[in-house]
Amino acid sequence: MKAFTYEKAGSPQEAARCAQQTPGAKFIAGGTNLLDLMKLEIETPLHLIDVNGLALDAVEATPDGGLRIGALVRNTDLAADMRVRRDYAVLSRALLAGASGQLRNQATTAGNLLQRTRCPYFYDTHQPCNKRTPGSGCAARDGYSRQLAVVAASEHCIATHPSDMAVAMRLLDATVETVRPDGSERAIPLAEFYRVPGDTPHLETVLEAGEFIIAVVLPPPLGGTHVYRKVRDRASYAFALISVAAVVQPDGTGRVALGGVAHQPWRREAADEAMAQGSGPVFDALFHDADPTESNAFKLVLAKRTLASVLAEGRATP
Amino acid sequence: MSTPHDTPMLQDAEKPPESAPHTLPVTLHVNGQAHSLHVDSRTTLLDALREHLHLTGTKKGCDHGQCGACTVMVNGRRVNACLTLAVMQDGVEITTIEGVGTPEDLHPLQAAFIKHDGYQCGYCTPGQICSSLAVLAEIKAGIPSHVSGDLLAAPALSPEEIRERMSGNICRCGAYANILDAIEDYAGGQTS
Repeated sequence: MKAFTYEKAGSPQEAARCAQQTPGAKFIAGGTNLLDLMKLEIETPLHLIDVNGLALDAVEATPDGGLRIGALVRNTDLAADMRVRRDYAVLSRALLAGASGQLRNQATTAGNLLQRTRCPYFYDTHQPCNKRTPGSGCAARDGYSRQLAVVAASEHCIATHPSDMAVAMRLLDATVETVRPDGSERAIPLAEFYRVPGDTPHLETVLEAGEFIIAVVLPPPLGGTHVYRKVRDRASYAFALISVAAVVQPDGTGRVALGGVAHQPWRREAADEAMAQGSGPVFDALFHDADPTESNAFKLVLAKRTLASVLAEGRATP
Repeated sequence: MSTPHDTPMLQDAEKPPESAPHTLPVTLHVNGQAHSLHVDSRTTLLDALREHLHLTGTKKGCDHGQCGACTVMVNGRRVNACLTLAVMQDGVEITTIEGVGTPEDLHPLQAAFIKHDGYQCGYCTPGQICSSLAVLAEIKAGIPSHVSGDLLAAPALSPEEIRERMSGNICRCGAYANILDAIEDYAGGQTS
């Protein structure tokens, strides 16, 4: 691990200003992803701003009946919050499907959104990777791509976003609240939070230099039946090959988002509109322009079948 | 030297050159005892416990949060000690296997691991035991898991629940069946 200086942030705005002004600065919260990457020298911050002391660890009701989740709420606590279990079950289920108990105790809401891909070529510093070293090329395209993206990828990057939580957040139309170094705040819909890889896969989100996430806000509950189905190589403690998050209403309408297939949680308006027509049209709307590799084309079959199963379960559950 | 709490924002000119080690004071409260240390900012909690405090019961397996051998309790919650920095744990209560029991005064769960042969080489055992104790506390606190059928009901103390919740602790010797027996035996005694 490269040496770095360290400080504890006094306030969100101070953290944002410091991050903008200090070369090579990064925020650290749970640290479960960042420290792993620092040990491998994939991340080499010169300065860490520890934000764990900030009072951003509450889940609060919003005036319109939604929930405001502090950036530092740990994954365990969010999954166990009775309001989330009752009204946003798909989010509890997604969180509980991810990582291990130890990791969920440390990992935070904001950190989960910002975690990096688990593409094996991003992790192998001896291989080219446009995300890790811009312009070096993509070893994954013609390599071991079984885990990687099947849609919206580019010739420069086929990495997936590894989060389960983010898939449920995207399904629920979550909004990311931030503070910028000048003290101004803004709300970014999660739908607009991640950038397409294009030819700049190292730029993953629309966050500006120093911009700091303070909360994630959920709109009022949707009702309906909530399902999160994760398909993976092991029954527990493994990243998704694919995952399907769905909210299905009694009349068969609803919404759906997938994990493990793209650089971000994969949701499309046309797929939601096709919900009442059955899983075939939903699949077509999500994947009509898919461009899998030879080794991950199976994900499309898996997605189609899992969608059918999840939508059937959603309709069958009163 | 100032403490991390009152370190002022570093300006560019004050920053040490790249790769210069940066040392900070930290007070670790481990098993009820306070230890004031000066550590390199890069020191993980795991390395601080083992190399600075010589509490070698906590094991380094993968050092990447994948195996669970380094599991300790921080303020009563299990975490991977390899994936947090010592300086981030200033002042919090840390419990390691040395604080759970000793060879002369075994914790009942440690005795259950011996009784059920819940290990072969024993390297993962301290992490398994710290994790198990936290798992039972999590079930008692009503925290759901991936295999909980009803999110709104209290989770059951079932083999399925224990297996799922222990998935962050790998046993290379494959003693899982006996580990589960040990946990169930101990937990059965606890619930009466």
